Amino acid sequence: MVQVTDMTGGDGAMLDPQVLLDALGVAMATGGEFAEVFVEDRRSTSALLDDRRIEELTSGRDRGAGIRVVVGETTGFAHTADLSPAGLRAAATAASAAARSGGSGVRVVALDAVSGPASALVEILPSDVPKARKVALLERADDAARSRDGAITQVTARYADSQRRIQIANSDGLLTGDRQIRTLFSVSCVASGDSGLQTGRESVGHTIGFELFDRVDVEELAGRAAGRALTKLDAVPAPSGEMPVVVGPGGGGVLFHEACGHGLEADLIAKAASVFAGRRGEVVAAPMVSLVDDGTMAGEWGRYAIDDEGQPAQHNVLIRDGVLTDFMWDRLRARKEGRESSGNGRRQSYRHLPMVRMTNTYLEAGDDDPAEILAGTERGVYVAQLGGGQVNTATGDFVFGMTEAYLIEDGRLTAPIRDGNLIGNGPAALLDIDAIAGDFTMGSPGTCGKDGQGVPVGDGTPTLRVARLTVGGTAA
Amino acid sequence: MSELLEIAERIVGWAGSGEQVEAVAVHERETEVRAYEGEVESLTVAESSGVGIRVIRDGRQGFAYAGTLEPDALVEVMREARDNLGFATPDEHCSLAVPDGVAPIGMDLYREALLNLSIDAKVQMALDLERLTLSADRRISGVESAEYSDSVSSSAVATTTGIRSTSRETGCFLSAYALAEQDGETQTGFGFSLGRQPGDLDVEATAAEAAERSTRMLGAVKPSSGRMTVVFDPWVSAQFLGIVGGTLSGEAVQKGRSLFADRLGEDVAAPVLTLVDDPTDPAAYTATETDGEGLATRRNVLLADGRLERFVHNSETARRAGTVSTGSAVRGYSSTPGVGVRAVAVVPGDRSPTDLISGIRDGLLIQGVSGLHSGVNAVSGDFSTGAEGLRIRDGELAEPVREFTIASTIQKMLNDVTAIGDDLQWLPMRAAGVTLVIGELTVSGV
Repeated sequence: MVQVTDMTGGDGAMLDPQVLLDALGVAMATGGEFAEVFVEDRRSTSALLDDRRIEELTSGRDRGAGIRVVVGETTGFAHTADLSPAGLRAAATAASAAARSGGSGVRVVALDAVSGPASALVEILPSDVPKARKVALLERADDAARSRDGAITQVTARYADSQRRIQIANSDGLLTGDRQIRTLFSVSCVASGDSGLQTGRESVGHTIGFELFDRVDVEELAGRAAGRALTKLDAVPAPSGEMPVVVGPGGGGVLFHEACGHGLEADLIAKAASVFAGRRGEVVAAPMVSLVDDGTMAGEWGRYAIDDEGQPAQHNVLIRDGVLTDFMWDRLRARKEGRESSGNGRRQSYRHLPMVRMTNTYLEAGDDDPAEILAGTERGVYVAQLGGGQVNTATGDFVFGMTEAYLIEDGRLTAPIRDGNLIGNGPAALLDIDAIAGDFTMGSPGTCGKDGQGVPVGDGTPTLRVARLTVGGTAA
Repeated sequence: MSELLEIAERIVGWAGSGEQVEAVAVHERETEVRAYEGEVESLTVAESSGVGIRVIRDGRQGFAYAGTLEPDALVEVMREARDNLGFATPDEHCSLAVPDGVAPIGMDLYREALLNLSIDAKVQMALDLERLTLSADRRISGVESAEYSDSVSSSAVATTTGIRSTSRETGCFLSAYALAEQDGETQTGFGFSLGRQPGDLDVEATAAEAAERSTRMLGAVKPSSGRMTVVFDPWVSAQFLGIVGGTLSGEAVQKGRSLFADRLGEDVAAPVLTLVDDPTDPAAYTATETDGEGLATRRNVLLADGRLERFVHNSETARRAGTVSTGSAVRGYSSTPGVGVRAVAVVPGDRSPTDLISGIRDGLLIQGVSGLHSGVNAVSGDFSTGAEGLRIRDGELAEPVREFTIASTIQKMLNDVTAIGDDLQWLPMRAAGVTLVIGELTVSGV
């Protein structure tokens, strides 16, 4: 008899272990190397204020199970919203058939409940907070943004929370679970002036409950979003061509996420679809660069106790003093290499197969002084806020957007510049980093997309300078 | 399908006095096969369904959804939607769509042939696609992904205002992402094929396209910065036209987020440009007979000879604007109806891409762009994206180029369109692609 301890912090284990065992038995009935049942129950609330009105409050519920069976090189996968024993058995049969079993005989599975790392502690469960309090935050943000300046002509504010409970059982005998709470708040503003329309956005998100708003002042957040849009009313076209780029504290995470983060994911490495394949142990970055992916960072947006394959999150050093130390791994890729997963196996929902994903990716602080970095840059661009990016891991070419940036002239910030992308090549950009400051800050919450799956990720950097990137503006 | 409508009607029957209720119910079956190194890497077979309920009372709207059609869940979703409306701000225009007498244009978007295709046949297509891509050129070093996927989806919308609509569609898709290698350098390229039934798919052409697009990038260099004539291939132009279509949403206009808000009836683009949103064109991969509120979709001319003709609306933005819905409500079961274009296409020209390129002395052909989400501001109109492609010299395609950006504003680019090709092609997105010549863009490279 398997005992399951309550690791989900809420109303006990999600499904009876015997039901999970039965499903695994069906999944492995005609053989296979590995089978897994992933159960998910996600409740979410979001509230939207736009055009001075609370437009809607939405409640969502998604609950189901994904079952995968690995036979040889093939993974069979099926998912179902029917969590009854019969529903799970049907999905297990489908996954098993999909894996085209070679029929190597029946395997008996016993589950061993692992008391993995505890789920994050949450002070105020969002589900315990009256909806009226959530909605009131939006109105405060709207007022604050509009009172900043009459040129603010539109404000959108969004509140969102989610509670995601997961339970994982696999044919290696693992039985574990986690409860993940996320709370997010964002404000987008439009400013209108002689130069046309401009936008400013600010967001904050953490893996904590409603206590987020004891720490975050929504008025101040809204004011920053409004300020960003207002500043850009005076923006000049961004320059065009190669030049030094200084990225402000907290702003540069996206740069590393794209320049090398994706390229260090073991699934892309295994397919030789990354410029970093085969380069472990080599110098891949300037000597002061140390890059970490850490799913254990308390409260951060990419934090979890266990990944979506049941592996505890870890602090993984990817680059130490410029040398590539390791890639990020999920269970499937680690299994082939005969090593442990690094806790980076994630999926958007029970409807998706897990794959290697980042968590909170950050550049460790350096020794330089931020003011001196700026003063030492004769002409270039200072990026205060980045707006996402994209990479081709096989060529290393990556872009990232700037949503708040300024010209640097004679070592000083001058005119704000209009939105645009910067482009560089990952391996070259890592070597071109020539200054890293001590002012480390985590950045804004992000959603990372890969193969059509979005997962929450965090990032952080101190102020840093890349000696040469291509700024994609229109000015001569 | 009628089962979905029955569920939606049952929910609508729960409406209390003074309540408007809308229920949308969807069901989808999907298969996805990925091939790698001659084996099936993964095979996914899945069924999913969901329901979304809107309740409106006194101009306040509440919404809730669930990824299931279980009877207990429907009751919970209804209760949540009803509870949520109490927190919304009352709005006189907040109301459900009412039948407008426009009959859906019957299209054959549902093909039994796809339903009857065996898993083995799907697996074989993915395996063939990988093998053919690998053997297409000796410089192809690998295939990052070779995939077959299909979906069979149906949906129903019912409302207390009398809407009863159903739709069902099949779709299938092949894609290959090739890696080409030479002298230690790797380049990538993709090919795809799409349709409503397996017979529409062309495995050989998909493999050949992925191989061609990756190998022709080998030896790519970074171009120098400057202003030049740029040719968008269909894949690239479709992405930009989708963004342009987005700026013409009635909601963006009403909320002061459209750069075209005050320009109805004015010339906003080169006269060569006529842009139409037509989800009733069965050739469009995104074709559909009804919109997210259950109204019939229709053909909407957005730009005629460069003049801004109309914005698209759902029933709410139409009421606000004092006009009628253009059948442009877009949504999934997990969201309330937004407003958007579905199947945007420019009226093609009569010259082939080769012919258009032959007239360009010095320019660039763009075959891929990146960072559209980070470098395009659809409110201000600024855009700047990463790009790769081929130089055009004296009317011929020349050396490959990469690691540069192209930039302009949406406003300027629409006026800078100088020619349109005859190669209109529907793509797996809300727009069709066609070769477009842009007289001048800023290229940022070395």
